Amino acid sequence: MTISRSRPRLRTTLAAVLSMPSMAALADWSKLNLPFGVTPYSHTIYHLHNIIMWICVAIGVIVFGAIFYSIFKFRKSQGAVAAQWHESTLVEILWTIVPLLILIAMSVPATKALIMMEDVSKSDLTIKVTGYQWKWRYDYVNDGVGFFSTLGQSSNVARQLKSGIDPHSVDNYLLEVDHELVVPINKKIRFLTTASDVIHSWWVPDLGWKRDAIPGYINESWALIEKEGTYRGQCAELCGKDHGFMPIVVRAVSEADYKAWLEKMKAEQAPAPHASNELSNNTLLAQRR
Amino acid sequence: MTNAHAHHHYYVPDPSRWPITATIAIFTMFVGGALTLDEQTYGPKILLGGFVLFVYMLFGWFGDVIRESEKGTYGHWEDTSFRMGMMWFIFSEVMFFAAFFGALFYARVLSVPWLAGAGAKAATHQFLWPSFITDWPLLQVPNNYGFKEAKDVIGAWGVPALNTAILLTSGGTVTWAHWALKKNNRGQLILGLALTVALGALFVGLQAKEYGHAYHELGLTLNAGIYGATFFMLTGFHGFHVTMGTIMLATILARSIRGHFKPDHHFAFEAVAWYWHFVDVVWIGLFIFVYWL
Amino acid sequence: MSDAAIHDEHHDHHPYGGMTRWLTTTNHKDIGTMYLVFALIMFFIGGAMAMVIRLELFQPGLQFVDPVFFNSMTTMHALVMIFGAVMPAWTGFANWLIPMMIGAPDMALPRLNNWSFWILPFAFTLLLSTLFMPGGGPAGGWTMYPPLVLQTGAAFPFLIFSIHFMGASSIAGAINIIATVFNLRAPGMTLMKLPLFVWTWIITAFLLIASMPVLAGAVTMLLTDKFFGTAFFSAAGGGDPVMFQHIFWFFGHPEVYILILPAFGIASAIIPTFARKPLFGYASMVYAAASIAFLSFIVWAHHMFTVGMPLAGELFFMYATVLIAVPTGVKVFNWVATMWQSSMTFETPMLFAIAFVVLFTIGGFSGLMLGVTPIDFQYQDTYFVVAHFHYVLVTGAIFSIMAGTYFWLPKWTGHMYDEGLGKLHFWLSTISVNVLFFPQHFLGLAGMPRRIPDYAVQFADWNMVSSIGGFVFGGSQILFLVVIVKCVRGGQKATDRVWEGAHGLEWTLPSPPPYHSFSTPPAPATIEGGMR
Ligand code: HEA
Ligand code: HEA
Ligand code: CUA
Ligand SMILES: [Cu+2]
Repeated sequence: MTISRSRPRLRTTLAAVLSMPSMAALADWSKLNLPFGVTPYSHTIYHLHNIIMWICVAIGVIVFGAIFYSIFKFRKSQGAVAAQWHESTLVEILWTIVPLLILIAMSVPATKALIMMEDVSKSDLTIKVTGYQWKWRYDYVNDGVGFFSTLGQSSNVARQLKSGIDPHSVDNYLLEVDHELVVPINKKIRFLTTASDVIHSWWVPDLGWKRDAIPGYINESWALIEKEGTYRGQCAELCGKDHGFMPIVVRAVSEADYKAWLEKMKAEQAPAPHASNELSNNTLLAQRR
Repeated sequence: MTNAHAHHHYYVPDPSRWPITATIAIFTMFVGGALTLDEQTYGPKILLGGFVLFVYMLFGWFGDVIRESEKGTYGHWEDTSFRMGMMWFIFSEVMFFAAFFGALFYARVLSVPWLAGAGAKAATHQFLWPSFITDWPLLQVPNNYGFKEAKDVIGAWGVPALNTAILLTSGGTVTWAHWALKKNNRGQLILGLALTVALGALFVGLQAKEYGHAYHELGLTLNAGIYGATFFMLTGFHGFHVTMGTIMLATILARSIRGHFKPDHHFAFEAVAWYWHFVDVVWIGLFIFVYWL
Repeated sequence: MSDAAIHDEHHDHHPYGGMTRWLTTTNHKDIGTMYLVFALIMFFIGGAMAMVIRLELFQPGLQFVDPVFFNSMTTMHALVMIFGAVMPAWTGFANWLIPMMIGAPDMALPRLNNWSFWILPFAFTLLLSTLFMPGGGPAGGWTMYPPLVLQTGAAFPFLIFSIHFMGASSIAGAINIIATVFNLRAPGMTLMKLPLFVWTWIITAFLLIASMPVLAGAVTMLLTDKFFGTAFFSAAGGGDPVMFQHIFWFFGHPEVYILILPAFGIASAIIPTFARKPLFGYASMVYAAASIAFLSFIVWAHHMFTVGMPLAGELFFMYATVLIAVPTGVKVFNWVATMWQSSMTFETPMLFAIAFVVLFTIGGFSGLMLGVTPIDFQYQDTYFVVAHFHYVLVTGAIFSIMAGTYFWLPKWTGHMYDEGLGKLHFWLSTISVNVLFFPQHFLGLAGMPRRIPDYAVQFADWNMVSSIGGFVFGGSQILFLVVIVKCVRGGQKATDRVWEGAHGLEWTLPSPPPYHSFSTPPAPATIEGGMR
């Protein structure tokens, strides 16, 4: 694969060792924490997240420990007499410098992770993602395939006000769409996000990032999915009435399956070049009174 | 009664009905304005009613303050509070303008070039606005649907340059009047102020004429895209401030004519002068960044 | 007319009676009281909206409200809580306390003070009335991002004007406080002798004056974009929707410190009192607050990490953001050091203050995590953020408002509050607030976006827990009201000093204090004796 894969590996192993206690401590940890995800980037930030969280927990243990120790030890009812000191340059300098060093230490891996995320070069395919009130459109830029993706029918019925349908009885309630985004695994996919009306945000937690879809502008990001599977996400920027009802479903398949799917789609659609762009621009403009 | 030590009792005014009147007046204007924008026919009437009440309030509130001042109620101590109040009020105004200057710089340095593909936004240009070319002043917007593009913009070296000279001169005349006041030269004080008011009014007049020119001949309007938007927002709020400043100057001119102010005690004069200088400085910023560069 | 002031100290004479007294008053205590009562009312209104939110989120599916109303509850809840509850509460504290703390007769600009207050009920009338308009209230989130907010119906101009109005109130209030502190301090009350509450408020006032006008500018551009065809936030005309976010957060981030700095001041007053030990590191407390204020102006884009900023911007804002942990840490450590080797008792104000330190720090930790750009790509716009800011706002700002209320209530009313009820209020609140907000961390990490009226079923359990915590927390606040009303109406007479370990000029005055605080400045010795 691309070089961007092997290097983060080293870092992530190191990070994984550091965050070991987290995984051992709680059996069902995965339900309470960030998903480990299926892209190199998602693993990197998963570990970064754990490290920083445990640093905070450690500082918390010290600080709160000192508070609770004081509460039990230095209470008047126990006959504690208050000392009158109220300054110490040395201690004050110390607790300014030490947190600073911790922060610098944190910033190093964070900077590296960010640089990795922002490097969209050398992608294998490009998918343009356009947010609409309230659906997504996907365009496979190199292949001229494109389609809309909206909330699945059963969820849509169940989610109506006082529908009386128990959401638990609906498969993948609110996380199901009519047309999934199908992508190949082990390819660097470049995502171009934009919107046609208001701001939306395209987010699949297992990919490890979200990116806002801004009308009139295109943001670039990338993902390299390592494992076949179906990954679900949602619009993550308030976009009006049905903001809660524009899910995202990504189905990652083998390259062969992807090719087959693409051919099928091409046969079904005879797309006009740039049809989606015109559509997106015109809807955008229609928004202006 | 002139310094903190001789004057142990800070003046705390009696209850006053003016603040609540001011609130009700502004509230009424807001309701009227909002209804007007929502295209309710009775909106403008409410707006006008609020405005009338507001003007009445101004006379009432400032009337009280002026009476108290002339009675010698305010010593050095109270004066300092007023000064601080005015200073920080002006600072808040600076920050208000900063928001619009921020918008101007953002558009020039970031958004317009981005739309033309600069920086990390190559895809924006390629997919959304392939024919857009960056330019400043921006006459041709990325897509003119919903906008009326301007034919041209106002150059710096015509009326704007003249207006710069006018405002700078007025800054001088107001300072001249201030010197006069300090020397208790009433004639020069009144003359200086009158000149300043005249220059202020001249500025507003010329600006209004330029606006007419822009709207009718150049097609440069609020609706002409980001250039028109930043141009009119900045110069418009500035013009509004000059108008306010001119009214304030006229007020202290009237008071000077009535013999108000003493060489060592004239906070109102100074407050207006500071305000005028502030308006002046903002104009310099406008001249440089909106008209010239 | 300065004679009027002299007479006033002997007998509380009010030239007007009844309602007119309150409408026209120029007295800092009257105005302080009005601010505090207003804030309490708004807290209940905003809280009732939060209850609607929690009710709808109690289980998956839409049971009670439609999505638009839900969104307008979220939007209004935030606006009411921030601009209606917390900010007015701080100004109320400032009005009541600052003149007493610095030995001044009143606020520097009393008529302006009256105006600052009376704007608020009118501004909120403008805002709340929108709930009854065609199209309903604003529903685009309290952050008002365009283009979405431009889709607001008849409510739109009312929203904008109410923000303008609130801004004017805050700016005027801030100016007044600055003038009061810098001009009306008693002789001998040097800057480095000011109580920390006063210090944190001055810094807050600077933040207000520098940031509120920027918000006014931002919403003005929204107004012209909607009604006058300007292109500020439209790409087609050369603008950018994201530009609004930059301008908004240039205000918005300092705003969150506006909400918390006075809380730092209150904790710094209460902890030494009940620890019977001087505050540790007074000077560093002042410098830390100033550094936080400075940094708050260069971190704004940490709210916008996902908008697709250039890499350099993302890095800069990450570094600047995490840096704020340093001065904030200094404050936390100083409070802990104050408690170390002290002699503590745990009256209600102290309980709230300690809970504030602990729970605010938890909120700070999650803030720090959010500040790390590459991970924020995951957290952004999830319940993890909601958990973060409620820890800093509810257990931060609101808890310290409660601590301060219990602390000074005897001074204000002349009566002791009911300590038993106070403690009950504390324990119920502290337990339930964690049940309410801690699980929201899990929800966010597991992938629940914010601002949604309905959610996938894997989020059901924690939402139910959170809602139950919410109802208990909401219900507990009724106790707070009961304690306050009881205390105002009567109770054991409070002494001047009230608390054994209390220091500061306000405790040298009778409880309740005279109508005008210090008509003659206190003697320098009193000031020295009051210092800790
Ligand atoms: C009182 C209000 C308040 C306060 C004080 C803070 C404090 C902080 N906030 Fe928070 N924040 C909000 C209110 C507040 N915030 C609100 C309302 C939002 C959401 C707005 C919206 O979108 O609607 C928000 C959102 C928000 C975001 C955006 C999240 C997103 O949308 O993706 C970020 C990102 O950086 C952030 C960061 C921080 C940081 C770093 C601090 C720091 O100041 C915290 C510093 C404190 C500590 C770190 C703890 C004490 C320190 C120590 C014990 C020292 C040692 C510690 C270490 C070295 C780790 N906040
Ligand atoms: C100072 C600010 C402040 C305060 C105090 C609070 C207090 C509370 N907030 Fe919130 N909140 C915000 C600021 C604040 N909030 C902001 C800025 C947002 C973001 C908005 C946006 O996305 O645009 C937000 C959003 C927000 C959400 C997310 C909504 C969404 O994303 O859709 C939720 C959900 O749980 C929530 C809950 C609560 C609860 C339960 C309380 C409780 O603490 C309230 C407790 C108080 C009471 C309940 C009132 C007192 C009691 C009564 C009225 C008696 C009646 C009681 C019962 C019926 C039980 N708030
Ligand atoms: Cu689309 Cu939220
Ligand atoms: Cu912030």
